[in-house]
Amino acid sequence: MNFTPTPSQTVGPYLHLGLTDARSISRVAGDAAKGQRVWLTFRVVDGDGAPVPDAMIELWQADSEGTYANQDSSADGAAFRGFGRLATAEDGSCTFETIRPGCVPGPGETAQAPHINVSILGRGVLKRLSTRVYFAGEQANVADPVLTLVPENRRATLLAQPDPARTGAWIFDVHLRGERETVFFDV
Amino acid sequence: MSSSLIPAKGKHLGETVVGFRRHEPGTQPEYFYPAYRATRLRAPSQPLIFLPHTLSEVTGPVFGHSDIRPNDQDLTGQHAGEPLGERIIVRGRVVDGDGHAVSNSLIEIWQANAAGRYTHAKDDHPAALDPNFTGTGRTLTDEDGFYSFVTIKPGAYPWRNHDNAWRPAHIHFSLFGPAFVTRLVTQMYFPGDPLFAYDPILQSIPDERARQRLVSKFDLETTKPEWALGYRFDIVLRGRESTPFER
Repeated sequence: MNFTPTPSQTVGPYLHLGLTDARSISRVAGDAAKGQRVWLTFRVVDGDGAPVPDAMIELWQADSEGTYANQDSSADGAAFRGFGRLATAEDGSCTFETIRPGCVPGPGETAQAPHINVSILGRGVLKRLSTRVYFAGEQANVADPVLTLVPENRRATLLAQPDPARTGAWIFDVHLRGERETVFFDV
Repeated sequence: MSSSLIPAKGKHLGETVVGFRRHEPGTQPEYFYPAYRATRLRAPSQPLIFLPHTLSEVTGPVFGHSDIRPNDQDLTGQHAGEPLGERIIVRGRVVDGDGHAVSNSLIEIWQANAAGRYTHAKDDHPAALDPNFTGTGRTLTDEDGFYSFVTIKPGAYPWRNHDNAWRPAHIHFSLFGPAFVTRLVTQMYFPGDPLFAYDPILQSIPDERARQRLVSKFDLETTKPEWALGYRFDIVLRGRESTPFER
């Protein structure tokens, strides 16, 4: 057998049937999870700025102390699973409930600023798109070892912005293509 | 294995992370593949930023038996009656890039019915829905990385990508593996399908041998006498770097 990894293919337009109709996870952190509560809204648009109604967002993040969950994340009563998954609605958006993650260790002696790891899949997306959500105004962003890999003029695409209309609500715009294109990572 | 990835309390800095190997050129699709029309507005145009793996990339969600319900593995047994179509068994092994079993790992599948119709509000293909078939399954790999599903062979169906466009029959597969970067969503095809050459989704993979890895093989061993044909579909997830990435 050849051990070259199996190629990726798009999730297609009917991803909901297998992945979100009965299997959405909008709450990344349960009621008992410690930390500052965050409602994080993604708004996905294509190269024409049109909403993408058939994408799926998956999140993976550390808890408020910067530790990734390693237990069975589905266990009943687990306060914090660290994983979320939602399909975008007709307007290209979806909203997760979570907590603001803590700093996670980075390479060497560095610490990574609070961030949420993001996968974007969808019709017209042949393989997983990887990006990260950071929080605008966070002091630790300045020294983050990953943000500093990104050309300065594009870093803002990785910053969620607070929603002035609601305390604890943040908005992260994803531009799949075009002038305001979100930074995607080669992972 | 994963326990070595969890930082000890009070020792959060200076972690040594074992990353995952990168893909060989040509073995994965590019994002931009104009023949698949939807990529024209949805593929990034800027170069990706190379991200050395950190704890964030080499950890990932864990799923367990509580995620699986009875009949999740048998798509023909989820309703009162038998679905129409050709009953099949799809079986295979999930390994990493070194050939080691990926055990207790979640696999999710979804597919059209035998007539080529999805149980989905947006599928308007004028083919029959089957009240006895939803087309969704999930399972965990066993200790040796093996999985199996009982289902119905899906039909081909038309789409509007180009004139007279038809998708070859396929089953969607979604896998997590041990880390967030081993996440894989793909499609399994059936041997000898005449639509392969016309399908821009399959053809978006440059390397012919890589494309062949998405085509299942008829398997007499998996076939059950007087009951169902068997198809074998093995899946390879990314393997780890051989040495810790010292930084």
